[in-house]
Amino acid sequence: MSGDGQGKRHWFDDEAGPVVRPYAMTRGRTTSPAQHRLDLIAVVVTEPHAYDPEADQTLSPEHVDIVGLCRDAPQSVAELAAELDLPIGVVRVLIGDLVDEEMVHVTRPVPPAELPDESILRDVINGLRAL
Amino acid sequence: MIFGRSERGKPPVEPVTLKILVAGGFGVGKTTLVGAVSEIKPLRTEEVLTEAGRPIDDTSGVEGKHTTTVAMDFGRITLREDLVLYLFGTPGQDRFWFLWDELATGSLGAVVLADTRRLEDCFAAVDYFERRSIPFVVGVNCFEGAARYPADDVRQALDLDPGVPVVLCDARDRETVKEVLIRVVQHAMAHAADRRQAVTT
Repeated sequence: MSGDGQGKRHWFDDEAGPVVRPYAMTRGRTTSPAQHRLDLIAVVVTEPHAYDPEADQTLSPEHVDIVGLCRDAPQSVAELAAELDLPIGVVRVLIGDLVDEEMVHVTRPVPPAELPDESILRDVINGLRAL
Repeated sequence: MIFGRSERGKPPVEPVTLKILVAGGFGVGKTTLVGAVSEIKPLRTEEVLTEAGRPIDDTSGVEGKHTTTVAMDFGRITLREDLVLYLFGTPGQDRFWFLWDELATGSLGAVVLADTRRLEDCFAAVDYFERRSIPFVVGVNCFEGAARYPADDVRQALDLDPGVPVVLCDARDRETVKEVLIRVVQHAMAHAADRRQAVTT
């Protein structure tokens, strides 16, 4: 696009986001083999033994960030995407890698079409009241 | 990787996570509502409305609005250390409908935020949740300067089923937003009870 120097700068507007870079982090992969369609609110938990991810040369800085963020407090897929400012799709691939490497595990949210216990819902109501 | 160092304290708590969607037309106050109760800033990609977007991003009736939420808003409410509620604002423009299915899957319920000056803007959202039998509550965002209508008029105008709660609210006001969310959870509970009964009888 920028090669012709004609300066059509608004060819892609900001909404399109960075065109190439995010998926370069996943080496072009848009899905991961281990990826069981991670829900946005699935929680990523760092495994206790994965305390030194930087020593693993196969991991990208973004992988290391995820391991670090989820060590202190497990985080949802959506939170990680927000925190790292990456598209959800990219974060899913990166988490898939880490699951493969057994650096993290992912806890399933309540399955769709199934409501959580009534007692949990009552806790939610009480929790909201107390906010 | 280095293994074998002794563990650091107790393992972190793995919370139960739930989500509620916040839907409604463009410019109705979804971002404001999520921001009123969430403890983290919404994941917003608020973009300035460009000339290019003007034919698509219809601001008629709400000319005071200069930005639009492009991706989705996202907020976290920590109810307890082990219980977290997430709010997801669905994209307001029709060109982002493809994101809805992903958001709706596994959600507890939804808020359809309505502006009485442009009630037709939330038809699509009402229709979406009705068809998938996802429990929802209509929150009428009472804008300053907009005429107030009784909840029943809104119910009629939207042709809602009798069971669907209609709640007047102010998207900026934490207390009224809390009330709307509580109604969603209560409605989801009632909805689940109905379904259970329908199965057993």
